[in-house]
Amino acid sequence: MDLTELTIRQAHEGLKKKEFSALEICRSFLDNVKKKDKEISAFLNTNEELSLSLAKDADEIISKNKDFPLLTGVPCAIKDNMLVEGLKCTAGSRILDNYIAPYNATVVEKLKKENAVILGKTNLDEFAMGSSTENSAFGPTRNPHDTSRVPGGSSGGSAAAVAAEECLFALGSDTGGSIRLPASFCGVAGLKPTYGAVSRYGLIAFASSLDQIGPLAKTVEDCQIVFDAIKGKDPLDSTSVETPKIENCKLKIENLRIGVPKEYFVKGIDPEVEKVIKEAIKKYEEMGVKIEEVSLPNTKYALPCYYIIAPSEASANLARYDGIKYGMSEAEKNSNLLDVYLNTRGKGFGAEVRRRIMLGTYSLSSGYYEAYYLRAQKVRTLVKRDFEKVFQKVDAIFTPVSPVLPFKIGEKIEDPLSMYLVDVYTVSINLAGLPALSLPVGKVTPHQNGGGGLPVGLQIIGKPFEEEKILKVGKLFQEIHA
Amino acid sequence: MISKDEVKHIAKLARLALTEKEVEKFQKELSSILNYVEELKEVNVSDIAATSHPFEAKNVVRRDEENKKQITNNKKLLDLAPEKEKDYLKVKSILR
Repeated sequence: MDLTELTIRQAHEGLKKKEFSALEICRSFLDNVKKKDKEISAFLNTNEELSLSLAKDADEIISKNKDFPLLTGVPCAIKDNMLVEGLKCTAGSRILDNYIAPYNATVVEKLKKENAVILGKTNLDEFAMGSSTENSAFGPTRNPHDTSRVPGGSSGGSAAAVAAEECLFALGSDTGGSIRLPASFCGVAGLKPTYGAVSRYGLIAFASSLDQIGPLAKTVEDCQIVFDAIKGKDPLDSTSVETPKIENCKLKIENLRIGVPKEYFVKGIDPEVEKVIKEAIKKYEEMGVKIEEVSLPNTKYALPCYYIIAPSEASANLARYDGIKYGMSEAEKNSNLLDVYLNTRGKGFGAEVRRRIMLGTYSLSSGYYEAYYLRAQKVRTLVKRDFEKVFQKVDAIFTPVSPVLPFKIGEKIEDPLSMYLVDVYTVSINLAGLPALSLPVGKVTPHQNGGGGLPVGLQIIGKPFEEEKILKVGKLFQEIHA
Repeated sequence: MISKDEVKHIAKLARLALTEKEVEKFQKELSSILNYVEELKEVNVSDIAATSHPFEAKNVVRRDEENKKQITNNKKLLDLAPEKEKDYLKVKSILR
């Protein structure tokens, strides 16, 4: 049996029946990493010694207890913008190349409590800013379905690691689509939870009113298992909340009403992507789900709104990298404080991060604040209201995750605006704080592409704190197409 | 199009050293992005309140008590600093 092909549930059952040990699972995945990651580059760092010792600990617990948590002995990967005590945490940036995490992120604490086995840290666009993982200071990650193409971003390393079976699940973070886009491009399931459902303590901040941590895994059920393990209120993150229990979440297919916004199927979408999405929606209809067209009239303003708000928050959050407290520093080479700042930041940050800091600083600067930042915050209100209105009559919303298929490495990197446009279907969900699932629903085989085709993801958007419902909707599809 | 001087001014506010070539590059790129976000000016926002947080945020307070765990962490945090003296971060002098 190839242990890397298991789902979390199957691994758990097998461990329970003593069919294999956590150490054996861990070794299989470490072998896979050795075999595949030279080409994929999903991981920035692995720590074999640490992983094997965590697996031994898990086996110890398994041998002593009849019941143990679902993630006990399950190998996972953590996006390199979340702190794992004692391991390097770079956020994909030169400026943190020497940074060793002094404590654990709350999500990491929670995984450790379940005795999960951390294999290593995954690649990302620098500070999670990007849609292709090409903005990493340590080189791009490649899409396991076609290594000439990007895995999506910014959690590209996490998605590629799951797709290449280099880990059983991974954590990612999502500020404007950074879990959902790579999940879609790599053909895995990815959940962006409601804002506040998962603690952000120990996540390196990008845009604090948009950032959320969530799982990427082979199946929707696995995403649910990980989400249940990491969610909850945390005294160390005052924006975190307890997910309220949904009453009557016994979903009856025939009672399910799902909206499809007409604004998401306009000029700019690849017709092949549209076809796969429409077919998936039809399959739901055949199951008995009621599908209706809805309207989110401010959709076209969500992307420009996001590209003011996210860089503005980023420019404030990234002010902390000053060469004084931690990380790369030019202090030794400069005698003047201002020069320490200017040169540390000028050298430490890559092109996209500097671009966004500049854009954010401009939007927040005196004379432009009202025209840009404040106006964008008002438009954010309108985007949010659109969803509130539609959710009065539907349970969930279906849209594509991305208007395009995974693109070639290098194709968009020279034109920042063309890269931003890839996020057109995902950013509004962060602006509104909603949960959304990226569900693999099919593949497209472009003419020039041999092999097995390129994955396409359906985005299932839910009401605030109704993760359970959208996960159930996602499971319906996977049960039928298993 | 924003001017080179504006780019230099913003870079200084953001504490980023830029080369002359980078100033030129940023001038083009920022202008094209700002041009794109101009679309927002079409929206009538006259009676609309601003959203800074997805949901209603409540202020959270705690007792002002000594945190033992934090004290043990302090050393670890200080060890990350490029320049320090005793238990202090070292910063270049600004008063002359």
